Amino acid sequence: MGDKVFKIAAAVAATYVLAIIVLMVFQLINGSSAIWSKEGISFLTGSSWNAVEGRESYGAAPYIAGTFVTAGLAMLIGVPISMGIAMFMSELAPKFLRTPLSFVIELLAAVPSVIYGLWGIYIFRDYVRNWIEAPLNSTFGNSVWFLSGAPFGLDIFTASLVLAIMIIPTISSISREIMIAVPNSQREAAYMLGATKWEVFKMAVVPYSKSGLVGASILGLGRAVGETMAVTMLIGNATGSSAFPSSLFAPGQTMSSIIANEFAEASAGSLHLAALIGIGLILFIVAIGINIVAQLLVSRVLKAHEGAVLA
Amino acid sequence: MITIEQRAEFRKHFRNNIPTRLMTDRIVKGVVFCCVVVAVVPLGSILIEVIRNGGPVLSVDFLTQIPGAVGSSQLGGVGPAIQGTLLLIGLSSLIGVPVGVLGGIFLSEFGSNKLGNTVRFFNDVLAEFPTIVIGLFAFVMIVLTFGSFSILAGTFALSIIMLPIITRTTEESLKLVPVTYREAGYALGIKRWVVITRILLTSAKSGLITGIMLAVARIGGETAPLIFTILGSSQFFSGLDQPVDALPLRIWRLSLLPYNSSIAEGWGAALVLIMIVLSLNIGIRYIFLRKQGGGGGRFRIARGG
Amino acid sequence: MEEGDDLESQEVDRVETITRAPIVRTAIERSKYKLVAENIVASYSGVVAVKDVTMKFKEKAVTALIGPSGCGKTTFLRCLNRMHELSKGAQVTGKVLLDGQDLYSTREDAIIHRRKIGMVFQKPNPFPTMSIYDNVAAGLKLNGVRDREIIDQIVKGCLEMVYLWDEVKHDLKKPGMSLSGGQQQRLCIARALAIQPEVLLMDEPASALDPIATQKIEEMITELKKEYAIIIVTHNMQQAVRVSDYTGFMYLGELVEFGETVQIFENPRNEITAKYVQGQFG
Ligand SMILES: Nc1ncnc2c1ncn2[C@@H]1O[C@H](COP(=O)(O)OP(=O)(O)OP(=O)(O)O)[C@@H](O)[C@H]1O
Ligand SMILES: [Mg+2]
Repeated sequence: MGDKVFKIAAAVAATYVLAIIVLMVFQLINGSSAIWSKEGISFLTGSSWNAVEGRESYGAAPYIAGTFVTAGLAMLIGVPISMGIAMFMSELAPKFLRTPLSFVIELLAAVPSVIYGLWGIYIFRDYVRNWIEAPLNSTFGNSVWFLSGAPFGLDIFTASLVLAIMIIPTISSISREIMIAVPNSQREAAYMLGATKWEVFKMAVVPYSKSGLVGASILGLGRAVGETMAVTMLIGNATGSSAFPSSLFAPGQTMSSIIANEFAEASAGSLHLAALIGIGLILFIVAIGINIVAQLLVSRVLKAHEGAVLA
Repeated sequence: MITIEQRAEFRKHFRNNIPTRLMTDRIVKGVVFCCVVVAVVPLGSILIEVIRNGGPVLSVDFLTQIPGAVGSSQLGGVGPAIQGTLLLIGLSSLIGVPVGVLGGIFLSEFGSNKLGNTVRFFNDVLAEFPTIVIGLFAFVMIVLTFGSFSILAGTFALSIIMLPIITRTTEESLKLVPVTYREAGYALGIKRWVVITRILLTSAKSGLITGIMLAVARIGGETAPLIFTILGSSQFFSGLDQPVDALPLRIWRLSLLPYNSSIAEGWGAALVLIMIVLSLNIGIRYIFLRKQGGGGGRFRIARGG
Repeated sequence: MEEGDDLESQEVDRVETITRAPIVRTAIERSKYKLVAENIVASYSGVVAVKDVTMKFKEKAVTALIGPSGCGKTTFLRCLNRMHELSKGAQVTGKVLLDGQDLYSTREDAIIHRRKIGMVFQKPNPFPTMSIYDNVAAGLKLNGVRDREIIDQIVKGCLEMVYLWDEVKHDLKKPGMSLSGGQQQRLCIARALAIQPEVLLMDEPASALDPIATQKIEEMITELKKEYAIIIVTHNMQQAVRVSDYTGFMYLGELVEFGETVQIFENPRNEITAKYVQGQFG
């Protein structure tokens, strides 16, 4: 009797997760239905953003683009660095350094996003503008379109850099575990042929762990896509068609940043609020797609790893 | 079959490229080391700046008083924000811990079936979910339904964020309990649920605590979902159906104000928050290391929200 | 470069202090040594697995290493191309001279010399994602062989030498992992042969093979002997007798007796060797 009740209670608690996800879909669709019936498909493709009553019109395309550009740029910078770190920790670092070093790298992940934002605005931004953006702009600004425009520091580029820093611990620590899981006999086969450490890595470690490394990177992509606060604070917050990413040094907007930024101005029941919830729905779909792919790839490789919980 | 003559011929095609390869190897090692430095520098910079800018602001008043009037040069406090964060953590744990632990028990003890696999999978997906979407969901679910921003809405959102972490750690620490413990319990004729709650949960205690601390560290730094739920306030807690303040939210609001005193308060709040989050994380590591006799390294850190 | 006499006296001293029969060296002495291991001590996390072994290997000869399971054969073999130090907690001291040059003097020596020392591991370890062809060609690319035709020739030749060519010639693009255990082992031998080494270390290369394949591999060893120094670990006494010129018997991490194969098997000087080769233990 007691056993049955207990089992049912446990099953209910476990099913809660599923219920939440289903409810989330339902509520997001419900909350955004007004915008879909007004804008239809042009909510996805349009770029005007006008909240003035009577002339209301909403298109999410610039923010969808902004999300992919910032997340893509963050991946472009973050993935190679993460792979380097993972390689250092699994192949090169002396034993006594490995554990403390991985702790330090993972602490990067523990810093709350809003603190990244604060640090980004008041510290990092100046360095980026003066040491990276300005030189790039003065050298290539006239010839390369995505480096044009006077750098201000609060723009797509800075936001992407901070995003890259934020996804490095995720990607590097999972990749490190995946690389450690490569059997030593593989490395030995390459050493036997006279390979250097780097060649062993290319020849034995990477091919063996490729799908897991891709999964780790996609997990990083998922985080970059959903990241809100640091991006909101650093991306410069453009709206409407000017938010389309035209230059790295221009202000932009992502799906999550526009929701965070404009939420306070959207009153209950307004079309504006429905538009923001609609963007939330798009973000939901993108994020769930990315995460399902990443989980499938990573869990297959790391299933055997006991006690590893990724919070 | 390769003859000796052929082998001699083949060997002529081998190049003495070893110096170049060793050089490449050294360059790669250098680059890889730089990657580590590149990742560690921001962490160092953040810690230094938060301490440098936030340290001078810290005082008893700062920790206990309400915020000053916007724009005044008088330094206000973050008392309500600290109180709100602690309340949010406590209330969310009230939901997140029991549901998460029960869910973990299900996955570990009854979960080797289709339902278990589905829950496990979506639990992992939810753990990686953009928290802003969870915030929006709580907004539609609670705020719109009850007509006001409230600490309850915030609790609802944060408990959803906690849940997957606790479920996962519970499942994994229960699975580490030796089968003999279960068998011994059943052999004595003790009921299954008693075995689970009395014997298994006790043996898995340190794993459970780790999970809870991970989850707490995670939600302590969450900002995005709070925008849609607790709204923020400059007053202390005044009821479950009322808005409250929270540290991360306060940091965000302060950072957007153009006054030096607000920014200084923002750094001070950041220092308080980072101390809470980091001490939780270092505490987790301490528990883990002691348990595993220093062999750790498998533990994880709570991602900042 | 040869310090044969020095080595000899050292060795005899050591052997005598632990009161074992003196190591026999008659014909071994007379020709050139390709590979010389001096005072190799190897351990895992402080536990010694190979105790001060000194052994010399001649060119154009096959040396068999025999001994009961766990006596340190694999560990010793892995010291010969600095593979041992890659294991967890492994330490090694001593010298390994390849044509008189010490592999252990600088860190980079390992990389420089491993190319000349092919190794076949106890368990087959093909690169699972690479094709059969690429597995064999892997070492060639490292060593800067670019000529497609030459690579094709070497791959074909090496696969023929391990009698795998006929079985896989139509599936060269298939992944190495798609082969059976015995085929994988032969693929690994081919991979080691492809870099045209001068010394070949083989750790029980025939343990996963059927009798026919084993016979073919033994023929291959006899063929390669015309040029190589071959060191083979085996549990199969008949195999040792069939293929080897010299045999070393190891027991509890020590080299108990080392001499011409005929002598070791027909007229062992050490009691333990005698018991082992007669199959009384191990
Ligand atoms: N990776 C390792 N870590 C710790 N100890 C090891 C390791 N590999 C081998 N040993 C130990 O070293 C000793 C020698 O092992 P080795 O593998 O060299 O024996 P072997 O003669 O090759 O045996 P077999 O004939 O079974 O292959 C054994 O006692 C073994 O337990
Ligand atoms: Mg062995």
